[in-house]
Amino acid sequence: MSRYVFIETRDPFESRDTRFLEETAVAVKERGHEVTVFLVQNGVLAARLSARRLGHLAEAGVTVLADDLSLRERGIKPEELAPSIRESGIDALVDAIVQENTKALWH
Amino acid sequence: MNERRRLTLALMDPPYESANSTTALRIITAALAKGIDVNVFAYEGAVCLALKDQTPHANPVKGTTVEEEEHPTTKSFVSSLLALGQDKPQLTWVNCGLCVDERGAANVVEGVKRGSPADFFKMANESTNTLVIPTR
Repeated sequence: MSRYVFIETRDPFESRDTRFLEETAVAVKERGHEVTVFLVQNGVLAARLSARRLGHLAEAGVTVLADDLSLRERGIKPEELAPSIRESGIDALVDAIVQENTKALWH
Repeated sequence: MNERRRLTLALMDPPYESANSTTALRIITAALAKGIDVNVFAYEGAVCLALKDQTPHANPVKGTTVEEEEHPTTKSFVSSLLALGQDKPQLTWVNCGLCVDERGAANVVEGVKRGSPADFFKMANESTNTLVIPTR
């Protein structure tokens, strides 16, 4: 088993490529790997409950984290997050990508 | 065995254009704070992150002086990070030489080295992990 960390920087309402990343994350998870999606920059816009996105990632067992600074910059409060998404600091991303046997992909 | 961890980042975005640069600098800061060695290979426009000729400016729209504005420059961030990463943890920052020449960007802050993609290959081989941050 490998670990995969997908770093999503893009606004889902601007870039349809974000859907490709979501599908890839789920597909990798279904193959038995540990998968984390870390939302940062405009990627955190998908973390809002009102955006009605990314629920399928949690259902598939993918961990979804949202960068705290990116959330604050965009005025998104913790209570606005979808319940399956956890606010996180950039140090959590660093911890995740310095694990052995981990593939980190920036999008 | 308590082997030191090392993270390599490839940066490509020029300064003041993309939030990628800010996030990359945050990742480097966090890694150094955790005692993780960091290699940076700056490619394409990212070689200008360390450009010494960057100058903080006043903001005539807001009517603020240079001192009041406290305009942050990426060269200052790079210098500060290199000071943090002098030994353990260690930060190694290599600018792509051809990218530097193309842009006339050789006047960089102290501690930044000149190299080639071969250095990036070596860095990646020696690292716990490598993160490539491309431009769009």
